[in-house]
Amino acid sequence: MPLSLSHFNAALLFSIFASVVFGITVRDTSREQIRYGLYCFAMFMGGLIVAGWVMWALRH
Amino acid sequence: MMRQGATLARSERNMATTPTRKDPVAAKNPPATSPSTMSVVAPAVGWLIPGAGHLIQKRWIRGLLLMASIVIMFVLGLLMDGRIYRPNGGDILDILGFIGDLGAGGMYIVSRAMDLGHTIVPHTTADYGTKYLIVAGLLNFISVADAYHIAIGKKS
Repeated sequence: MPLSLSHFNAALLFSIFASVVFGITVRDTSREQIRYGLYCFAMFMGGLIVAGWVMWALRH
Repeated sequence: MMRQGATLARSERNMATTPTRKDPVAAKNPPATSPSTMSVVAPAVGWLIPGAGHLIQKRWIRGLLLMASIVIMFVLGLLMDGRIYRPNGGDILDILGFIGDLGAGGMYIVSRAMDLGHTIVPHTTADYGTKYLIVAGLLNFISVADAYHIAIGKKS
């Protein structure tokens, strides 16, 4: 039985893992890493929600 | 003529003294592994085991976070029946998929050896899984580059 995630859950997990790696690798200090990781996560989730509404608007 | 001779003698004195000057801190605490060795070992180990390139340089928290993120992403991709690309010379997207998967290093080798990962995507979720596998490999490439930058002293 394969793991079955909804599109939103898959995108949410993707955002978390990618943000952690981006935060650690792009910035130097711990504080900057946390800030940049959170920024990336917010951008991922914001982009996801905006893209969702754009697709909804195109359909209606 | 005399002025040229004096300048020459001064520059020779400077050349003679410059190489013998040593950093007292570095002399007291010599590194356990030389930077040149670490700059090869850290990326290689980091490619084979995600996050290990940071762990061998005593960046414990960063290493563990990178390892957890990349390994969990790869395992989730496999659990979602994602496709693992094999070496191929066909479609450009297949070649790029293979390069992305290859970034996962040891996990890619183990999953190929155990014949994990479907070659045909059986359902929609499996397509997410394929992307998870590729992105886990690509994130590991970034992690390897970061381990290299730490080893050469470009990053703290």
